[in-house]
Amino acid sequence: MNANPAQIFNEMMNGAEVRPSYANLEQWYRSMPDEFRTLKQSEAEELFRRVGITFAVYGEGGDPERLIPFDMFPRVLTASEWRRLDKGIRQRAAALNAFLCDMYGRREMIRAGKIPEHLVTNNAAYEKAAIGFMPPKGVFSHIVGVDLVRTGPDQFYVLEDNCRTPSGVSYMLQNREIMMRMFPQLFMENRIAPVDGYAGLLRKTLASVAPKKCTGEPKIVILTPGQFNSAYYEHSFLADLMGVELVEGQDLFVEGDFVWMKTTEGPKKVDVIYRRIDDTFLDPLCFRPDSMLGVPGLMNVYRSGGVSICSAPGAGVADDKAIYTYVPEMVRFYLGEEPVLENVPTWQCAKADDCRYVLENLPELVVKEVHGSGGYGMLVGPKSDKSTIEAFAAKIREKPENYIAQPTLALSACPTFVDEGIAPRHVDLRPYCLVGEKIELVPGGLTRVALTEGSLVVNSSQGGGVKDTWVLAE
Amino acid sequence: MLSRTADHLYWLARYMERAETTARLLEVGARTALLPDPSGGYRNDWEAVLRAKGTYQQFHDKYGELNQRDIETWLFFDAENPASVLSCINAARENARVVRTALTSPVWDAINTAYQELKQFQRTERSKLMTSELTEWTLRTCFLVRGCILATQLRNDGYDFMGLGTSIERADNTARLIDVKYYVLLPSLSYVGSGLDQSQWALLLQSMTAQRAFNWTYTGEITAQKIAHLLILNRKFPRSLLSCVQWACDHLDNIADIYGTGTRAQESAHQLLTDLSRAEVDDIFEEGLHEFLGRFMARNAGLANTIHDVYLHGIPA
Repeated sequence: MNANPAQIFNEMMNGAEVRPSYANLEQWYRSMPDEFRTLKQSEAEELFRRVGITFAVYGEGGDPERLIPFDMFPRVLTASEWRRLDKGIRQRAAALNAFLCDMYGRREMIRAGKIPEHLVTNNAAYEKAAIGFMPPKGVFSHIVGVDLVRTGPDQFYVLEDNCRTPSGVSYMLQNREIMMRMFPQLFMENRIAPVDGYAGLLRKTLASVAPKKCTGEPKIVILTPGQFNSAYYEHSFLADLMGVELVEGQDLFVEGDFVWMKTTEGPKKVDVIYRRIDDTFLDPLCFRPDSMLGVPGLMNVYRSGGVSICSAPGAGVADDKAIYTYVPEMVRFYLGEEPVLENVPTWQCAKADDCRYVLENLPELVVKEVHGSGGYGMLVGPKSDKSTIEAFAAKIREKPENYIAQPTLALSACPTFVDEGIAPRHVDLRPYCLVGEKIELVPGGLTRVALTEGSLVVNSSQGGGVKDTWVLAE
Repeated sequence: MLSRTADHLYWLARYMERAETTARLLEVGARTALLPDPSGGYRNDWEAVLRAKGTYQQFHDKYGELNQRDIETWLFFDAENPASVLSCINAARENARVVRTALTSPVWDAINTAYQELKQFQRTERSKLMTSELTEWTLRTCFLVRGCILATQLRNDGYDFMGLGTSIERADNTARLIDVKYYVLLPSLSYVGSGLDQSQWALLLQSMTAQRAFNWTYTGEITAQKIAHLLILNRKFPRSLLSCVQWACDHLDNIADIYGTGTRAQESAHQLLTDLSRAEVDDIFEEGLHEFLGRFMARNAGLANTIHDVYLHGIPA
């Protein structure tokens, strides 16, 4: 990025000084012989390859089962930094769920004039089939992935929320597992809060939202689109950790008021479905008739309280980029609190004034498609040449409501292993907040790192890597 | 257990076993080709090998004339041949990948490593790969996977479905390997059981790693009757048809115990076992070896279908 290097917040270094939270790690790095490092790096890769954590990248040729590059240099957050994030993330997850209940219920926030109606009801992710139905415990989004970036010692921004089926948590768990296996002494010298309770909490969260017709221990399953999905490894990993079945649509069927799975001992009733497929594929009778991934009749059972679906159909409307700007307002409106975490200032091209500003300042801005994801369909102004910018401007003029723009943030950088030793590389952070009867958050998250010098794109689909993320114990 | 999970475990085991048989057939063909033919030149039983595997026509359509190099490629590397070692190992690995959580890591490691090594073979120049190297690698790989299953898998229903896959496939494959003899000797059926085909019977033993077993079990010279007894009716020999059926029965009994209820599949397996254990070698030759084997393969396939209907299909009962 062309941001002035002096403006980039370096998470390890304060000028020439090492921050206290990184002191041990810096020592560790300096006393590590080069050969040892190379050896450990290949050991890490071997471990990842053997457990089969691969990430499928399609349409680019080559090996479809690739490893996400793993950087061994951990990223550190202090206890007090985390305390604030923890508070802010829980607050946000609660507000997003309150918003969803409201939008599929009485729509108070619209009536109060705090959000334009058309933004919600005309949104493709707004699910008509979910109107008037209150899911168990009033939770629509059971796993909220909050993407955070940092620009200064105390300055964190929420880049976006993920209310549907955020992925990547398996990397959070495996990165830690592999670091502990390779460098046990690091964990003796630093007191690092554990993350391995995640699977237990997820299971508890899912069980807590069992439908009212469920009696006894709820039967939980994970619904996957199948082995060709890029996150299939994660689906099977989570199923294994929780001890629940990993099912595909073809394994389930609806009969009477319930959903059943086909087993070698005949049909078994299913109570909670943690689905990792999109709304539109859930039920061919209700949504896309050509869906082979879903279960015919599922929505009827859901609406009559025979099964819980996590996240609930329709949850996606809360993480839409056009809705994003209103999240701080949701916190105030539903919780009566001031938001702990700030949004990135955002211009909505749907508004004429904003659109004019965006078009005039494209070279400085990042422009995103409202419904895009994964770093596709975006313009990074400072990184683009004139013709690219002009082509993009034409697209914005054609359909302004499709775009939002944000300033190019000087993302913080963390020390990362490179050929010559270590060098600062830009990072973001995705913690995973669980919402059921209670709100739970394990201390940590997935740190993604842009491995190319100067790059701000951390998406694994575009060459980003991952790091273990440490939250220091109090 | 999900029916689909059971299905993947069952087929994972079947494909590993099938890869092993293809390698064994490849070895029979390659060894036969080293023997001088009484009418001059060398023997050529490749057509018999391909016919036994049921892929003669497909091979012919793709390559035309029978040429050893092409046949080796077809049986080992060709992805268009569903029974090639490559196709079987890839299919086994795909099945394993889907049910990773039902497998221990040593089992997954063994299958996944085989898949990676096979890719390495594909990148190697063919002139640097000896046929025996390929067949030995295949056998070793199959033994390793089976050993890992035996040593590390929980003895639950999943284990039994894998065992069923192996036993059903092996019964079919042993029958096919014996049946190569039939094709070799066509059209002179009268040779069957005569002394003329001794060396081929010996080869058949070799292909099943059964020479020693034979020598320990039977005395005197090698006869077709004794070999047929070993490969079809001897309970001590782990690839004999009777052993395979016994094995399938054991697994079906276990599953019935675990689920607390018997099924049609269990009954049909036991019926097959009873019939087979009453058979005598002389009767088999009287009926005709080929006819007997054909009848057996059909019943074995029928058992496989019943297992599929009862356990793997998952239609609500």
